[in-house]
Amino acid sequence: MSAPEPASRDRSRVHPVVLKGVSKTYRLDDVDVPALTDIDLVILPNRFTVLSGPSGSGKTTLLNLVGCIDRPDQGSIMVAGKPVHTLSDDELSDFRARQLGFVFQTFNLIAVLTAFENVEYPLVLAGMDAPARRERVLQLLDSVGLAAHGRKRPGQLSGGQRQRVAIARALARKPHLVLADEPTANLDSKTGTEIIELMRRMQQEQHVSFVFSSHDPKVLEAADDAVHIHDGRITSVDRGPATAEAQP
Amino acid sequence: MSTLSLAWRNLLRNRRRSLMTLVAMVLGLVAVLLFGGYIRDINYALQSDFVRLTGHLQIQHKDYFHFGSGNPAAYGISRYERVLETVKTDPVLAPLVAVATPMLQFGAIAGNSAAGVSRTVFVTGVVPDDQSRMREWNGYGLRMLARRLPLSGSAPDTAVIGTGVARVLQLCEPLKVSDCVAAAAPSEPQGAGLPADIAALADSGVNAGAAAASATSAARPRIELLAANAQGAPNVAAVNVLRAEFQGIKELDDVYVGLHLPQAQRLVFGAAPPQVTAIALQLHHTADMPAARKRLEELLATRFKDEPLGIIDFETLNPFYGQTLAMFAAIFGFISVLIGAIVLFTVSNTMSMAVVERTAEIGTLRAIGLRRAGIRAIFLSEGVVLGCFGALLGTVAAVALAWVINHLGFTWIPPGRIEPVPLAVRVVGENAMLAGSAIGLVVVAALSAILPAARAARMNIVEALRHA
Repeated sequence: MSAPEPASRDRSRVHPVVLKGVSKTYRLDDVDVPALTDIDLVILPNRFTVLSGPSGSGKTTLLNLVGCIDRPDQGSIMVAGKPVHTLSDDELSDFRARQLGFVFQTFNLIAVLTAFENVEYPLVLAGMDAPARRERVLQLLDSVGLAAHGRKRPGQLSGGQRQRVAIARALARKPHLVLADEPTANLDSKTGTEIIELMRRMQQEQHVSFVFSSHDPKVLEAADDAVHIHDGRITSVDRGPATAEAQP
Repeated sequence: MSTLSLAWRNLLRNRRRSLMTLVAMVLGLVAVLLFGGYIRDINYALQSDFVRLTGHLQIQHKDYFHFGSGNPAAYGISRYERVLETVKTDPVLAPLVAVATPMLQFGAIAGNSAAGVSRTVFVTGVVPDDQSRMREWNGYGLRMLARRLPLSGSAPDTAVIGTGVARVLQLCEPLKVSDCVAAAAPSEPQGAGLPADIAALADSGVNAGAAAASATSAARPRIELLAANAQGAPNVAAVNVLRAEFQGIKELDDVYVGLHLPQAQRLVFGAAPPQVTAIALQLHHTADMPAARKRLEELLATRFKDEPLGIIDFETLNPFYGQTLAMFAAIFGFISVLIGAIVLFTVSNTMSMAVVERTAEIGTLRAIGLRRAGIRAIFLSEGVVLGCFGALLGTVAAVALAWVINHLGFTWIPPGRIEPVPLAVRVVGENAMLAGSAIGLVVVAALSAILPAARAARMNIVEALRHA
């Protein structure tokens, strides 16, 4: 049997990500470097949202805060209806495991695991039983077009294939939100386009919110909403046509 | 996949480094086990030596050990034959006992009247056949040749002396003592032989019973033994010296005189009822000592409650045994700690390098929901897996090397021994040592991984992901 999903799971899918007055400053040597300043933002559910801006603008920092792998110095962050800035480290780990998926620029697959095992790993952490895990992983690998590559290690896969495995892994636990940091930056143009199309398809099939940080024009074109950041501040938010699901 | 499976795969990721770490662990464990096995062999050899000489337990007058060596008559066991009979027929004790034999020990003066020299000696009166059987004891299957007591089968008035005694009594040549240094001639003679009255004693009653037997050994060198009898009067016996034998320790070699028990008893007790100073009990197995002692205490408390008898074990009789074991235990402990520290730093270094190399992976695992404890478990598991393999391979290697060493035929002369003994390493069968060392290695490996694992678990996720 799979691990029971929280009762609020379905409701959480309609929760927006809400940031209020969020600031983050990094300390480099003895110098304080403000990465984000007083951010107020609502990221609508079931949307393809891109955080765009030049290098050093703060988009990755914002993505990290929304992804609960970093904490704000000030302000509050609500993800899936939960004030994540108040959670303990273990609670945050559990929250990430249940509600969030990650796709990284450098794929970040576990080198010693096969493609199948990489996708399976979050399900192992969830305590799902082996038959259910197998069914879920095979279904995901099939969805991302890697049904025949499950036994291969990351080193035996191309960049595009690795990113497909990473997408499948991100979606394994049916998360509320998938965060992708420059997912096409290490891919050639054609593969990058395929990956964007794949994520777009998966977002629609799985009813999951995707938040990207990217300055790739192809990603911007594909996005429902675009949040533009410069010098740690939001300069504009372009929202695409609203869907019924996306209403906060 | 389980944490252990993940740990195993991670160890295979950098095979050369894992192999070198494993080699360090295996070498460490082999060194500990071989040295431990060598100490075990010394322990068993030493114990066997003492058990062959003094038995596992001795029944003595309760104060003999502390006060009796100078006065055997006052601290003797008068009804020793009854005690012996009881020991040999007791249904509980008898099956445990291999040899039960009486002994009489006392101080005396040995003289070579022909050369006009004498010296104080320590006389041990024994039943030679019993002593020869005691010398055959081999409770640990040691590769040692048991030598029969030279007195076995000899005439009742013969003696065996230490080479040091032979040297002082100027008997090196007739007794064929090798490497005997000739003493410088004294400026004045030490004596012109025995005084007439003492010499008369030597030829009288004490030796009367042995006169016939002496005829066969008349060609052997003779010495005279002067001792105080039970009444404090001097008593003398002339004995033929069968041979001089090195006693292993110079202090003993310089004073040792071995006699047949009846001869020794006549010297001390004359015509009075003979006594002994100890009844030595040699058991089939050292492990039976507590049971034998308990039963012996019951027997002494019930059947000989009027006799002031006590029981003393070979470890108390021979403090050198305990001291030697303690010394080797200290050396073993020191070496184990040293090797443990080397293994600890080696494994710790390997784990630290693994943490550095896998920083991005740690960040990824944390991002997808693995708790800090999960990261700790992964690296601790790697340490434990390394330790388990090191323990397994080290044990196998130590057993194989011990077998090789034991079959190479090396010999050495341990302290206090006369002849070379096989150099042996006891690893097989020493299950407690094997298990203890193997578990110790696993624990050290796990401890080595604690700090790197903690460092990995403490990593900031964002910082870790930047290493991708």
